[in-house]
Amino acid sequence: MSDATTTFKSLAEQRILILDGAMGTMIQKHQLEEDDYRGERFADWHCDVKGNNDLLVLSQPKIIYDIHCEYLQAGADIIETNTFNATTISMADYDMQSLAKEINVVAAQLAKKAANEFTQQNPDKPRFVAGVLGPTNRTASISPDVNDPGMRNVHFDQLVEAYKEATLGLIEGGADFILIETIFDTLNAKAAAFAVDVVFEQLGITLPVMISGTITDASGRTLSGQTAEAFYYSLRHINPISFGLNCALGPDLLRQYVEEISDKAECLVSAHPNAGLPNEFGEYDMDGDEMASHIQEWAQSGLVNIVGGCCGSTPEHIAAIAKAVESLAPRIPAQPDNKMRLSGLEPFVH
Amino acid sequence: MSQTQQTSATFINVGERTNVTGSAMFKRLILEGDYETALDVARQQVENGAQIIDINMDEAMLDSEAAMERFLNLIASEPDISRVPIMIDSSKWSVIEAGLKCVQGKAIVNSISLKEGEAPFLHQASLIKRYGAATVVMAFDEVGQADTQARKFEICQRSYKLLTEKLGFPPEDIIFDPNIFAVATGIDEHNNYAVDFIEATRQIRQQLPHCHVSGGLSNISFSFRGNNPVREAMHSVFLFHAIKAGMDMGIVNAGQLEVYDEIPKELRDAVEDVILNRHPEATDKLLAIAPNYQGDGKAAVKENMEWREQPVNKRLEHALVKGITDFIVEDTEEARQLADKPLHVIEGPLMDGMNVVGDLFGEGKMFLPQVVKSARVMKKAVAYLEPFIELEKEASNTNGKILLATVKGDVHDIGKNIVGVVLQCNNYEIIDLGVMVPAAKILQVAKEENVDMIGLSGLITPSLDEMVHVAKEMQRLNFSLPLLIGGATTSKAHTAVKIEQNYSSPVVYVPNASRAVGVCQKLLSDEHRPAYVEQLQKEYDVVREQHARKKPRSRPVSLEKARANGFECDWQVYQPPVPKRLGVTAVSVSIKELVPYIDWTPFFLTWSLAGKYPRILDDEIVGQEARKLFDDAQNTLNTLIKQDLLKAKGVMGLFPANRVGDDLEIYSDETRQSIIHRACHLRQQTEKPKGFNYCLSDYVAPKSSQVADYIGAFAVTAGIGEDELAQSFIDDGDDYNGIMIKAIADRLAEAFAEYLHEKVRKEIWGFAPQESLSNDELIREKYQGIRPAPGYAACPEHTEKQVIWDLLDAQNATGMKLTESYAMWPGASVSGWYFSHPDARYFAVAQIQQDQLEDYAQRKHWSVEEATKWLAPNLG
Repeated sequence: MSDATTTFKSLAEQRILILDGAMGTMIQKHQLEEDDYRGERFADWHCDVKGNNDLLVLSQPKIIYDIHCEYLQAGADIIETNTFNATTISMADYDMQSLAKEINVVAAQLAKKAANEFTQQNPDKPRFVAGVLGPTNRTASISPDVNDPGMRNVHFDQLVEAYKEATLGLIEGGADFILIETIFDTLNAKAAAFAVDVVFEQLGITLPVMISGTITDASGRTLSGQTAEAFYYSLRHINPISFGLNCALGPDLLRQYVEEISDKAECLVSAHPNAGLPNEFGEYDMDGDEMASHIQEWAQSGLVNIVGGCCGSTPEHIAAIAKAVESLAPRIPAQPDNKMRLSGLEPFVH
Repeated sequence: MSQTQQTSATFINVGERTNVTGSAMFKRLILEGDYETALDVARQQVENGAQIIDINMDEAMLDSEAAMERFLNLIASEPDISRVPIMIDSSKWSVIEAGLKCVQGKAIVNSISLKEGEAPFLHQASLIKRYGAATVVMAFDEVGQADTQARKFEICQRSYKLLTEKLGFPPEDIIFDPNIFAVATGIDEHNNYAVDFIEATRQIRQQLPHCHVSGGLSNISFSFRGNNPVREAMHSVFLFHAIKAGMDMGIVNAGQLEVYDEIPKELRDAVEDVILNRHPEATDKLLAIAPNYQGDGKAAVKENMEWREQPVNKRLEHALVKGITDFIVEDTEEARQLADKPLHVIEGPLMDGMNVVGDLFGEGKMFLPQVVKSARVMKKAVAYLEPFIELEKEASNTNGKILLATVKGDVHDIGKNIVGVVLQCNNYEIIDLGVMVPAAKILQVAKEENVDMIGLSGLITPSLDEMVHVAKEMQRLNFSLPLLIGGATTSKAHTAVKIEQNYSSPVVYVPNASRAVGVCQKLLSDEHRPAYVEQLQKEYDVVREQHARKKPRSRPVSLEKARANGFECDWQVYQPPVPKRLGVTAVSVSIKELVPYIDWTPFFLTWSLAGKYPRILDDEIVGQEARKLFDDAQNTLNTLIKQDLLKAKGVMGLFPANRVGDDLEIYSDETRQSIIHRACHLRQQTEKPKGFNYCLSDYVAPKSSQVADYIGAFAVTAGIGEDELAQSFIDDGDDYNGIMIKAIADRLAEAFAEYLHEKVRKEIWGFAPQESLSNDELIREKYQGIRPAPGYAACPEHTEKQVIWDLLDAQNATGMKLTESYAMWPGASVSGWYFSHPDARYFAVAQIQQDQLEDYAQRKHWSVEEATKWLAPNLG
């Protein structure tokens, strides 16, 4: 076990740890235009790149670095690399497949630099970098064509290749953990987990893996149809250091599903909800105090170990959350019986 | 949220039909590329109760990898199939791996083994772990397939060690298949194969912790191909012993399993000799008798004749288990003559038989309707013996005396009657005080009769308060008897939070009839009671804690805010339909006319048979019983119709009405000057970011809009005569038909409500004259307008039924009455409101706040205490 892992584990036994908030929301505030996205290096790129947030680690590293610092200042123990779409599969939208690996390396380096500075300033509060593997823009278990439910626009093997490359980049850049997040199709995440495991074997190292899925709506299921518990059983085999949910719902609606996972998970439980649901203008209205009061109640109910924010959250939210759970005890992991835990869309225990 | 499939069962069934090597039909569909029909095969298995489905595409003519991938991708788009885990079955690793890349859930691989040595075995297992699946491991090594107990165990142990020690493979994800081989092949070396499997299973489960044992059952009977009765008997005898030894999974066609205890004894003994290899001639003997059981039906007829040849005690047992009353009097008489005392017949053979029934029920081998029929046989026998026992004046020894009652204000008793029957079957003496029993009477009889326990039942929400009252009274009067709580609206949470704390002796929530026996046994056992009571205490503490911590899922809003977010409709544009006929209309209808409107699904639920009608009739597990029950119900219905034993009466009315606040003013005529009644409704009071805070009144035009709108009310019963008829059966010792009458009357009342609602839509109100819906569409409420019933989710407050009664003069028109808790008598009754608005839909008021409580009290001219009492279920 690496030193970072040991430190992290002992911290997690003592208190609830804080994850950072939204990256996209913070980037939006800069109101960047096409030229800003391109920067010097990509001034002549052959297609538009506006909206390629992950590219900013190469074209506007200062902006990304500053956002990391704002979250660290707000009290985040763990910051996430700006690599949500940095796979060859998602980068194809901008014809930038060849940059995927480089983005992962640089993104991890930027985050690590920020984290190290804060750790040095205050060694009693060490900071960690979670290297993010996003869901990609394709789904391995849902057909893109309603007339042909058996069709797929991405195969498990292609996902594994893309994720392997991204994982190698994140590790090379210095990430402390791998965070597979915003999972809406469990099969994509299984491919990511598979890739991570292969890379660990190749490199002869093992980093802790965090898993975070997305319950898409009030049906209480992932986009690919699994219940929270079934989803947990599908990914439990990689022995994640934490398992939880993020995005799609605000804390009020997400609570019951966090509770469902909290009941079952042998590992730490994480949650980083959105700041409410978007209003008619696509903006998130829930302020930091309100979000923190929800999350505080989760902590009081013993549901969580790691908390943070997703879409719409800002350093203000993270500071409020950090304060709200400061003195509260972390959740004690569940200790379920030794049973075979299978799943289809629904869990099956025998 | 869905419930986890927690298998309390010791054995789980893997569906085997989606296998090209095992099913000719499935193979043909896949070869022809008819994947759509092939999906139906998978769907049927899941519907029929397969908990996992095995998929195999090993066929020489097929690109097996591509077929596996395509089929699994298609299954992923069918939620009713993909809800269960998949077993990816192939002898080719490449096919297994192709399959693993297509399933998002945690699947099972079937199978890997040491056949090619340790290296490939470990390689495949490590990949399975990486893909996140469990795996079947065959007892097969470099030497070959294991046939003896020693070899089977040795290979499984070696595999287990390699997997857990070298790879850290989770032991609970290992399923051993120690090879089921055919027995009775005529080759002596094969005779011990079943014993080898069973004993190896026992050893595996004992010595290799957390792993599972599975197998393909049909191999065992291979030598009896073509003789299904014998094959099925072999399967069930084999499973019976293998499960006891620890086999906990299997690839089984559950629909083709004979119940162990129901195999004709001659056949069962012969099969058991073969399976357990009990003597060298076992195979010959089975071969000799096998032809007698060949073909369908013959054996059954033969058996029917046969049981009459057995000694009287066995005949009594058979009659009890099978529920046959035809010979019970003569058999009981014969037993009486053989016994020293008539009482000994009850305590001896009859109780022995009922114990068998109780055990079979406990093991899930008999279903509730069968048990109730058994009780009918028992009662007939006891009734026959009673005059003889009277002569000798003896008291019989029972397991305990239990008083049952439906509490004051409530008339529903089907569930209570079923509990009574089940307990009687287990030799408890039941004192049933019937329905609407006041607390004082319950406690008085409990004292006089010196009962061991009291069981309370109730269906409507006000009964919950009455149960609290009984508990408080028991405390005040220093009772120390255990108190059992059951019935549709009761719950563990309510029992823990509201009842248990009021009474210092045990209070136990009993969720259904099949639990009652276990609870009573523990409570009346000196040995088990303390531990059980302590465990209950702990459970209730947890429930209470959870309840205290529970916060509403969405935040409450003030009544003012909720009203501002009420359902909206542009009343200047929308024209409410004007009724064709205003005022009150009495309705009479024959039972026969109602039959097509019956929704049968709840009928099966009443009998603890879960499943949707008509699919339930073909269910693998309960299908046979469901069919029998359904046939009995049809016969009863026919008798009711022919002899005119049950009457249906109803009344309905349509009135001018407008909304004022959350109330509806109901007017005497179109001038809308004189208010004859006021209906009060409740409004949802939690934050609804995306929808409305509904209140039924919103569906009617507000007075201020000056738009003419209307409201309807109805009260119908199909239970005139039900009590007398049911009682006459019960007095005759026939609880089965007693319960049947009430269950059917309930269905007819619901059917009446559906029938009348249709008539209202098409003719009386007349806003949908062209509507033409099938019964199934009616059940799924695919029509305009709703008919919410007071006491249910959208209008949960029961006293509002009085408004309906007054509006319609329902008591005079139909004979239907309201009790002090506003339960309707007869029990088979339905009442409610009609709303015509096309956007009207059902909703649940759920939790309301103090401001609405006070507001409602004022509207009803009640004190807040009174309102708190009636609205208790909707208060936090």
